[in-house]
Parts: sequence; structure tokens; C-alpha cells
Amino acid sequence: MNILEAVTEAVEALYASKLRSALTMLGVVIGVAAVILLVAVGEGARNYITGELSGLGSNIIIITPGKLETKGGFGAYPVGTTHKLTLNDAEALDRRAHTLNGVAPIVLGTMTVKFMNLSRNTTVIGTWPEFQQVRNLHVEIGDFVSREDVDAHRRVVVLGRKVKEQLFADADPLGSLVTIGDYRYRVVGIMQKKGHQLGIDIDDVVFIPVTSGQELFDTDSLFEILVQAKEGGDRLYLAERDIKDIIIHRHANREDFTVTSQSALMETTGNILNILTYVLAGIAGISLVVGGVGIMNIMLVSVKERTREVGIRKALGAKQRDILRQFLIESIIISLSGGIVGILVGGGIALSLPLIFPSLPMTVSTWSVVTAFTFSFFVGIFFGVYPARQASKLDPIEALRYE
Amino acid sequence: MLIRLDDIRRTYQVGTVSVNALAGLSFGIAAGEFVAIMGPSGSGKTTLMNIIGCLDRPSSGSYILDGSDVASLDDDRQAELRNRKIGFVFQSFNLLPRMTALKNVEVPLHYANVPAADRRDRAVKMLEAVGLADRRSHRPNELSGGQQQRVAIARALVTTPTLLLADEPTGNLDTSSGREIMALFQQLNEKGVTIVMVTHEQEIAEYAKRTIRLRDGKIESDETRTP
Repeated sequence: MNILEAVTEAVEALYASKLRSALTMLGVVIGVAAVILLVAVGEGARNYITGELSGLGSNIIIITPGKLETKGGFGAYPVGTTHKLTLNDAEALDRRAHTLNGVAPIVLGTMTVKFMNLSRNTTVIGTWPEFQQVRNLHVEIGDFVSREDVDAHRRVVVLGRKVKEQLFADADPLGSLVTIGDYRYRVVGIMQKKGHQLGIDIDDVVFIPVTSGQELFDTDSLFEILVQAKEGGDRLYLAERDIKDIIIHRHANREDFTVTSQSALMETTGNILNILTYVLAGIAGISLVVGGVGIMNIMLVSVKERTREVGIRKALGAKQRDILRQFLIESIIISLSGGIVGILVGGGIALSLPLIFPSLPMTVSTWSVVTAFTFSFFVGIFFGVYPARQASKLDPIEALRYE
Repeated sequence: MLIRLDDIRRTYQVGTVSVNALAGLSFGIAAGEFVAIMGPSGSGKTTLMNIIGCLDRPSSGSYILDGSDVASLDDDRQAELRNRKIGFVFQSFNLLPRMTALKNVEVPLHYANVPAADRRDRAVKMLEAVGLADRRSHRPNELSGGQQQRVAIARALVTTPTLLLADEPTGNLDTSSGREIMALFQQLNEKGVTIVMVTHEQEIAEYAKRTIRLRDGKIESDETRTP
């Protein structure tokens, strides 16, 4: 008997008890759909977050004070006394590192910004002009913070779109004075609208010169220095080396700061989110195994019910392997068709959910489809072998006598 | 000799007691014979049928079927032998309920690896031979008892076996269907089919040319009727 005929016969046998076969298949459908769906959630989250990270600007390097071990060891902890990062460090990088496209010192805090009787609690960032290029955030109306503003410690402010809308509505804010903390700042520009990045509204922010920022937050150090490396090849590596050379030299030969590249950050988060995806797939896989147990259960019942059929077939010349194959094909058909339906159901849900909830990132990846399909095939074999072997080992005389 | 049994014994272990179902019997059957095996229940008829039909093996003794020594064969070789040399007809017909008459007749040909088209032709011819050409697409539950048994006979003969083995073939049939089946057996026997039939009905046994009577696992009598 060739395979096609064996499959046709198995389909007929399964069709003879439709409801039972359908319910058994449902176990696999749910398992496979769960795998596809949860992997889609995990992959979607990873693609979303890495996408957002790369949206920060390209070839970004972040320098933060304190040496943190970001790889290996038992978590992060600072070692020894640390120098603070200062504006002089940023200026030294700007002057001396030829591998860098731009350097932007950052001081940052949350402050209340007031205009007339309106106020808004928002993020205040102290920086200088290169910030626009490094972070790919640009002023739309008026000017950004200039070098002169920085050098003269001028109290000028550039408003993010959200802050402008909240405090000024449709009015033109340029030239107006807003109060931040204890100081009054003159509005010189308004930023382009950018929306959300990594869940943070980057329009809900104001920019002031880094020097007046330090006065505002009463500090002589920096929160971090953002650096953009030049494009191409191993520039990122060279840039990191330059940064370390320059700052270590300035910090009495101590590496008391941390250089994190955007790509390293993406790699780390990507890895974490991959693990998340695997964990989700594993949990969903459990339900697929339960579906497999359902197949085994129903095949055992089926073998029992069809004992006489097995006896007849053996009397007519069926060998052990013929009977084994017959029952094995039935369980594989259950699991494979369950797998196909599960892929359609799971994929369908995963693709249609973002239509209803646009913010929900979902990615149906080929590997999850292939894995789920292959896995369901092997579930069919694994849980089908035992019942099929039982059938094939039946003694024909006993089987023929079975009522 | 088509069949040669020599000092066949079959012992069952029931708990600690061993039961001698067959206690040493020897006989031969030539090609073209029509033999009835009779005996009261417990006489060993069924055990003998199972051994002749290669469904069971003797505990001791030798059984030669068409030149091969059956006692020494493994399960798969026995299955092959059943497929090629023996056609079974059972008291309860034993058709596969999901399949049409035609498909039922095709089953043994599947296991003989006959190609699909050939299989169909042979099954159709066989159904014609038992007078059921017009019932080929009916399922067993749409056929009368007599018709079901005819399908079973067609299935038994479709592989052109050396031996037709029937176990109480009329046991589940009314008298007139039973007579029709026996008439069919005689017709087949006249065409050269060797038939061995177990029955406990004297009337049915009389259709056979030779009657072997068993008692307590031994041959009580072996008579050939002279016409």
C-alpha cells in the first residue's frame, strides 16, 4: 500500500469519528496557536525596542560617570573613587578626538516650567548646539541653544512641542520669559514634533545651555556625554578607544567612567528579549505537549475499539509494520492538520490584533511557524508510536475474538 | 499433499494447569478436497483451524503448507503466508464496517502490494463471481447476512489462495442463505478451490466430501463420502 492510499484511508478512519478527531486536533491547534502568538508578542517587543533604540540616532556612544561592569560578574557596581564627568571632559573630546562627529554634554533634571499662571512639570536638559545633530532632534522655529549662550551662561530656553502647546497654546512664545526653578529664561526656539521614543514623550522637554543648566541644578558635573562616532567600518571601535584615551588621561589614569555604544546596548537588550521570546515559546510549548497527550489518549481508545479490525487485517495478511504505520499515520495527520490550523489561527490573531490595538507590536516570524509545524509533526510521532505499537503487537486470534 | 500435519500438539497454560487442546493428530489434505471438521465444543476444532490458518503455532509436531514448514516461521512470514495461501471466511463475516464491499475485497490485495488499478479489476471480478456486482459500493450494514458472507468469500478468494478456510460460515445465517453459501462453496470446489470448513451442523457438513471428527484433541473419525 503506498503512502497516498494509507493517508486517504487514515483520513477516512478519522472522518468516521469526526467530533472526536476534531476535539483531539483542537488540543494541538491551541498549542500551536499559542506558540505562534506568544512568539509573535516576544519578537514584536524585541523588534519594537531595538527599532526605538536605533531611532535614537546612529553611531551613538554614551559616556556615564562611574565604572560599571555591564558584562559578566555579579551585576553592576562602581569600583573605587570616581571623578565626575565635567564640561572640560566634553570640550576635550570635542577638540581632540578626530573620530567623533559630535559631542554633546548633558545635565538633566525634572523641573516646573511656568508661564503666566500656567505651569508644567517637565524634563529640563542642559546641553549645547551639537546635541541637535547627535540626537537627531532639531529646532523648528527660532534658534537652538548656541555656543555663545553656553559661554555666557545665558538664561535662554528652547521649548519642546508639548511644553509649548501646554504653556502657550497657539500664541507665539518667542521672546517670552518663562520661569524654571528660581530663574527666568527667555524663549528662543521651538523644537520639531517628534512623538514618543521608548515610551518617553520627547516633545515634553525643554533645552537650556549646559552652563546655566549646571547653575539650575547646582552642580559642576555632567549627567552624561553623548557622542556620535563617524560613519563606517571600525570607526565605532576607534571612537571608543579615543574617548577612553582622552578621558583616562584627564582622570589621573583611572577609567572611572563607562562607555556604552548604542550597538552594545541594542545587543544586550536584544539578547534579553530573545530569552523572553524563548521563555514564552517554552510556556506555549507545554500546551502543545498537553495536546500530544490528548492524541495519545484518543489513539489508545481507538486501538482498543478497533481491536477486531486489527485482527481482521492481520488475518488477511497485514504485518506488524502495516498496522503500526496505519495508526501512526492517523496520529500524525491529527497533529499535522492541527498544526496547520493552529498556524493559521495563531498567525491570524497575531496579524489582526495590531489592527485593533495599533500600539501592540506583533511579528510573525518564519522560524516560529517552521518550528511550530515541525514540533507538531514530532508530537504526532512521539505520542502516536506507543498506541500504534500496541495495535501492531495484538495477537490476531485474541483480536478476532474481541467484541 | 497440499497440507500435511504430523503429530500436532497444542498445549495452553491456564494458570498452573496445562490444557491439551490438541493431543497429537496427523492427517493430510490434497489439493481440490472439500473437508468438514466437526466435533463438540472443546474438541479442539478452533485450535486446529487457527493452526491450519497460520494464526497460531503448534507446541510440537510439524505442519507443512504447500511445501513450507509453517511451525518455524516468524510472525511476518506467517502474515505473508496467510495473505498468499489462505482465504478466511468467518462466522461473523468480519467485514470492515467503514468500507464499501469493493474496498473490503481489495484489502488483502493491499497487503500483497498489488497496484491500485489491478486491485480494483480483480475485486470487481471476484464480486461478480459471488453474484454481487451490483452491490459493490454498499457498506456492510447495507447488506443482508448472506450478502455480507458472499463479500467475505470474495475477499477470501481474491488473492487466489491455495486454501479456503471457513469457520462456521453459515452460523449467523438463516437456512436459505446458508444453503446458498454452501452451494457457492460446492461450485467453487468444483472449480478446484480446496476448502476446509469447521462446523458443528451435520446438515452443513454433508456438503463436504470428507468429514474429520475430533474429540478431546484427537481424530475420532475421518470419512470420505463416495458419491
